[in-house]
Amino acid sequence: MTQTPVLELIGISKRFGDTQANDDISISLDKGEVVALLGENGAGKTTLMSILFGHYTPDSGVVKVAGVELPQGKPRAAINAGVGMVHQHFSLSANLTVLENVMTGTERLFRLGSNTRAGRKKLMEISERFGLKVDPDARVGDLSVGEQQRVEILKALYNDAQILILDEPTAVLTNIEAEKLYATLREMAAKGLSLIFISHKLHEVLAAADRVVVLRGGKAVAERKAKDTDRAELAELMVGRRVARPVREASTPGAVVLSARGVSVGTKLTDLDFELRAGEMLGIIGVSGNGQTTLAHLVSGLVAPDDGTFEVFGEPVTRASVTAMIEKGVGRIPEDRNAEGAIGDMTIWENAVLERVFSSRFSKAGLVDRQAARTFSSQLVERFDVRGGDPDKRIRLLSGGNMQKLILGRNLMDDPKILIAAQPTRGLDEGAIAAVHARILQARKAGAAVLLISEDLDEVISLADRIQAIAGGRLSPPVDADKADPRQLGLMMAGDWDDVEPAHAH
Amino acid sequence: MDVIEIFASAGLWGAVLRIATPLIFGTLGALLCERSGVLNLGIEGIMTFGAMIGWLTVYSGGDLWTGIMAAAFFGALFGLLHAVLTVPLGLSQHVTGLGITLFASSLSYYIFRLSVPLASSPPTITPFQPIFIPGLSDLPFFGPALFSQTAPTYLGIALALGLAYVIFRTPLGLAIRMTGENPHGAEAQGVNPIAVRIGAVMAGSALMGVGGAFLTLSAFNSFFPTMVQGRGWVCIALVVFASWRPGRALLGALLFAFFDAFQLRLQNVIGAIPYQIFLMFPYLLSIAALVVMARRARVPQALMQPYRRGER
Amino acid sequence: MRIERRPHRPLSLIVLSPIIAIAAALAVSGGLIAIAGANPFVAYGLILRGAFGSILGFTEMLTRATPLILTGLAAAVAFRAKVWNIGGEGQFYIGAIAVAAFASGSWIAGWPPVLVIPMAMAAGAIAGMAMLLVPLGLRLKFGVDEVVTSLLLNFVALLFVSMMIEGPLRDPLAFGWPSSVPVVDAATLPKLIERTRVHIGLIVAIGLAFAIYFIQARTVFGLQSRAAGLNAPAARFAGVPWVRTLVIVACMSGGLAGLAGAIEVMGVRGYVASDLSPGYGYSGIIVAMLANLHPIGVIAAALFAAIMFVGSDSMSRALGIPSYIADVTVALSLLTMLVSLFFTQYRIVR
Repeated sequence: MTQTPVLELIGISKRFGDTQANDDISISLDKGEVVALLGENGAGKTTLMSILFGHYTPDSGVVKVAGVELPQGKPRAAINAGVGMVHQHFSLSANLTVLENVMTGTERLFRLGSNTRAGRKKLMEISERFGLKVDPDARVGDLSVGEQQRVEILKALYNDAQILILDEPTAVLTNIEAEKLYATLREMAAKGLSLIFISHKLHEVLAAADRVVVLRGGKAVAERKAKDTDRAELAELMVGRRVARPVREASTPGAVVLSARGVSVGTKLTDLDFELRAGEMLGIIGVSGNGQTTLAHLVSGLVAPDDGTFEVFGEPVTRASVTAMIEKGVGRIPEDRNAEGAIGDMTIWENAVLERVFSSRFSKAGLVDRQAARTFSSQLVERFDVRGGDPDKRIRLLSGGNMQKLILGRNLMDDPKILIAAQPTRGLDEGAIAAVHARILQARKAGAAVLLISEDLDEVISLADRIQAIAGGRLSPPVDADKADPRQLGLMMAGDWDDVEPAHAH
Repeated sequence: MDVIEIFASAGLWGAVLRIATPLIFGTLGALLCERSGVLNLGIEGIMTFGAMIGWLTVYSGGDLWTGIMAAAFFGALFGLLHAVLTVPLGLSQHVTGLGITLFASSLSYYIFRLSVPLASSPPTITPFQPIFIPGLSDLPFFGPALFSQTAPTYLGIALALGLAYVIFRTPLGLAIRMTGENPHGAEAQGVNPIAVRIGAVMAGSALMGVGGAFLTLSAFNSFFPTMVQGRGWVCIALVVFASWRPGRALLGALLFAFFDAFQLRLQNVIGAIPYQIFLMFPYLLSIAALVVMARRARVPQALMQPYRRGER
Repeated sequence: MRIERRPHRPLSLIVLSPIIAIAAALAVSGGLIAIAGANPFVAYGLILRGAFGSILGFTEMLTRATPLILTGLAAAVAFRAKVWNIGGEGQFYIGAIAVAAFASGSWIAGWPPVLVIPMAMAAGAIAGMAMLLVPLGLRLKFGVDEVVTSLLLNFVALLFVSMMIEGPLRDPLAFGWPSSVPVVDAATLPKLIERTRVHIGLIVAIGLAFAIYFIQARTVFGLQSRAAGLNAPAARFAGVPWVRTLVIVACMSGGLAGLAGAIEVMGVRGYVASDLSPGYGYSGIIVAMLANLHPIGVIAAALFAAIMFVGSDSMSRALGIPSYIADVTVALSLLTMLVSLFFTQYRIVR
C-alpha cells in the first residue's frame, strides 16, 4: 500500500527535568484503522498524546496529519486538522449544558451572538449518525458517566474530527459499558474514522484494536497486529520482564472482626450488609463513584453510620473517630494517596507518625518525641523498602509506588488486626503492584482481616477470598472468588445481582 | 417624618440609584473576574485608585468622561498586575488581591498628596449633572425618583444587561464560563484559558475602576482617603448573593442600596439609637447575604484554582 | 517556556527571598520618589536616619514595631493553618476597646499592676478571639469564605468602637475628637527606657514570637495544625481533630490581634480613639507574608515595616515627599515577596 497515513508521529522526544518521557517515538495511523497504545503508567502514553494534540511542544520530532506538518503547541491547529481528543478526565464542565460544552471554542470568539440553532442541528445530526444519543440541553453534571463520555466523543466529532484519540476511555466504565463503547468505536472506524486509544488493559487492546504499539520507559518497544499476538506476549512487552502478581493461598478464617448490618450513610450508602473475619480478605468491586469513598471513610473512622449496626470487634461504632479506630488496631490505606494519604510538603517522618502522634510512643506531654519518630520512620523505610526514603525529606519527592509503600508500612509496622485497603494499587506500575499485593497477602497470612476496595477486577479476583460488588451505594451479597467469573461480576457491578447465589462465610 | 413617609419620598428612590451605581460597576467587575475563575480582592484598592485618578484627571483639566476613561485604564492596569501574578504564576488569589488593594490604595493616597497640597478643605471639581429626559424627568414623583440620575448610573444599568448578554449569549461568554468552570476543558477546545482569564480580569478591573470614579465624579466632587469605605468588599459579597449572574447582581446592588438609603433616612426618624448601628447595617447585610447564599449558589467550579498546563 | 516545580527548594533562596523582595519594592518606590522630584538614595538615607539616627527615632521605631509583631504573628499563625484572618484590624480595635472598658473604672484603680496588667491583656485577647470566632464559625457552619466576612467585620468593629467612645465609654473631659476614658495607671505598661514611648509590650511581643515558634516546631498541636493547613483531607484522615485545631488557631490569631490593640492602649495611648491604628491589622498581613509565616521572621519583618513608617515621617518633613511612600513600599513588598517565594518553589524552563 502506498496510501499516505492519516497521521504520523515521527521521532518524538520530550524530556521533563530528569525523566525522558518520550524517546524518539514514531507511530503511524491509516484511515479506518484502530491502533492501541499500550503501556504502563509512566510509559509516556499521555505525554505523547498531549504532544500530538498540541498541549506540549516536543523537544524534537514532528506530527503530520495527512502528510502535512502540524504547528507545535497549538491545540486549535490540531482540532482544525481534524484531530479530536477524548480525555481520560473528561474536559467537561458540569454546570454547562451538553450543547454549551460542545460549542465552546467552535465559533469566532468575538462574534456578537452565538448561533446555537445551527450548533444544535449539527450536534443532533452527528449524534444520529453515530448512534450517540444525548439531550443537548441537559446539564452535564446531571448525566451518568457513560453519557458524559458520549458528550466527550461528540465534542470531538462536532469539530469534524477524522482522527480520534481516546485516553484510557474505559477507566470509569463497567465492563459492559466498555464492551458497548468498543463496539461503537469499531463502527466508527468502519465509517472511515481513524482511532488511537490508550490503554493498559490487555484484553481491551486485543479485542478492539487492529494494531498495538507498546510503549515502555518512553520508547516504542514493539508493534504487533492484534491478531498475531496474545496476552502473555503483550504483558511481557509492556512490563519488560515477567512479573507474576502474587495470588492468595488458602486460609482458615477466624472470628468475625468487622460487621455491618443494614448500615446506611446519608444518601451515599444504603442498607449495607457485610462481615469480615480474621485471616480472610473481602473484596469490594465496583465502578468508581458508587459509594466506595464513603465506605472507605466509614471503616476508616471518618464518618459514622446514620442507620444500622456497624461493629468493630463486636463493639458497635456510633461516632466517627479516626483515633478510636487506630487504637483498636485498624490499619487504613486511603483511596487517594496524594489527597488523603500524604501531606506533600511535610517530611517523611512527619507523615509516618502523624496518625499515631497522639500516642505516648511518639509524644510526651504534648511535645513530639522527634527521636522516636525518626527512629520509627527509618525502620519503616528499611523494612518496607521505601526507595529514597530519607526521614527528613519531603514526602512529595517520593515516587507513587514508594509513597504507597510508606503508607502501607506505617499501617503494617504494628501488625494490625484489620487492614482497610482502598484502591491500594491505583496508578502504580506493575512492579510496585506486585510488591503491594505481596504485603497485603502477608498481612492476611499473619491473621489480619483485610477489606480490599478496588476497581481492578483482576486484583480482586486474585487476592480476595470473597467478593461483594458495590453499585449505587448498595452492596451485593458475597460470592466466592473461586467461583466468580468476570461476566457475572460485571453484571453485579452494574447493580444486577438478583440471581447471585450468595457464598456463605466458612 | 415617619417610616411610611420615607417610602413615599422621591428622594429615597433617587438615592437608591445613586448609591447603587458604584456597587453595580464593582459587582459586575468582580463577577466578570470570577466567572473566568479569578477572585479579585484587589477591588477595594482598584476602586480607590479609580476614585482618585478619575478625580485628578478632571481636576487637572480633563473632562468628566476622560476621568472615567482614566479610571478604567488604570483599573485594567491593576487588573493586569493581579492577573499576571495569579494566572500564569498561580499565586494565592486571596493574598495577591489583598496586596493589590493595599498597594493601589496607598499609591492613590501618595499620588493625591503629591498632586494636591494639604488644605483645610479638599479641592473640588464640577461633577456629572443629572440628565434631563424630556417627558420623563418632569413626571411627578417618578421624575425625581427614577429619571434624575447622572449618565454613569444609566450606563451602569445598561452594562448589567449588556454583560448578561455577553456572558450567556456569545461565544466569548461561553469561553469565559468554560474557563471558570473547567480550564482544562477550555484548553481542550482550543480556547486559551490563560488569555481568557487575563482578559476577563483586566476588563473586570476596569469596571471596578469606573465604580470608584463614580464616587468622586458624580456622587461627591472631591477625593479623600478611605472614601471607598469597604464598598469593594460589599461587591464581593454581592457577587455571591447574585449567584454569579449579572441581572441578579443589578437587583442585588439595588436592593442593597435601598436598605442603605433607607437606614440613612431612618436615622432621622429614630433618634434614640446610635447612628453607628445604622451604619453597620450594610456590612451585616452583606454577611447575611453570604450566609444565606453560600451553599445555594452555583459557584464557578474552578474559582480560585490556578491553571497550569498539563497539571491537574 | 514552562513553569516547573523545583524538586528541591534551595535554602539559600528561601533565606534570600525576603531580601530580594524588599530590594525590588524599594527599587519601584525609588522610581516613585524620583518622579516626585527627589533623589531616592537621599530619601532612603533620610528614612534610615529617621529610624536609627537618634534615640528618639530608634525607640519610636521599636514602639511602632510592637503592635506590628503581634498583628504579624496573628496573621502568620492563622495563614499557616489556612484560616484566612483578614480581620486583624477589627480585632485590634475590639481588643483595645475591651481594655478601655475593663481597666478604666474606679473599682479597679486600687488594684496592683501585677494583677491588672495581665487581666487587661487577657480581656483584650479574649475580645479579639471572639471577633474571629464569628467568621470561623460561619465558615465551618455555612461554608462562607472567612476572607470576606472577616474583612466586612473590620468595618463593623470600627463602628462599634466609635459608638462606644461616643457613648458609654466617652471621656467627658476630652476635647476635640471623641475618645474613650483613659485606662487606670495600674494598667499602664512600664517603659523600657525612661522618657521614651517604648514599653514592655515589646518584650511581650518578642516572647510570644518565640513561644509560637516553639509550639509550631515541637508540639503535637503544632504538627497537627500545620497538617491541617497543608492538606485538610489528609489531616482529617490521619485523625487530626480538624475543627478543634482550627478553633484553637483562630483563638490564637484573634487573641494576638486583640492583644496588640490592648497593648497599644496600655503602653502608648492610654485611651482609645478612632485613629488608634494606622492600619496595623492590614500591615500585619504583610509582615506575616514577608516573614514567610515564620514567627521569628515576623520580628524582623515588623522591624522593616516600622523603619519604613517611622523613617518616612522624618524623610517627608525634610523632602516634602508624602509619607504615604512608606505604605506604598510596604504593600509592594508583599507583592514582590509573593513572586520571590514563587521562585523558591518553581522555576521557569526554556
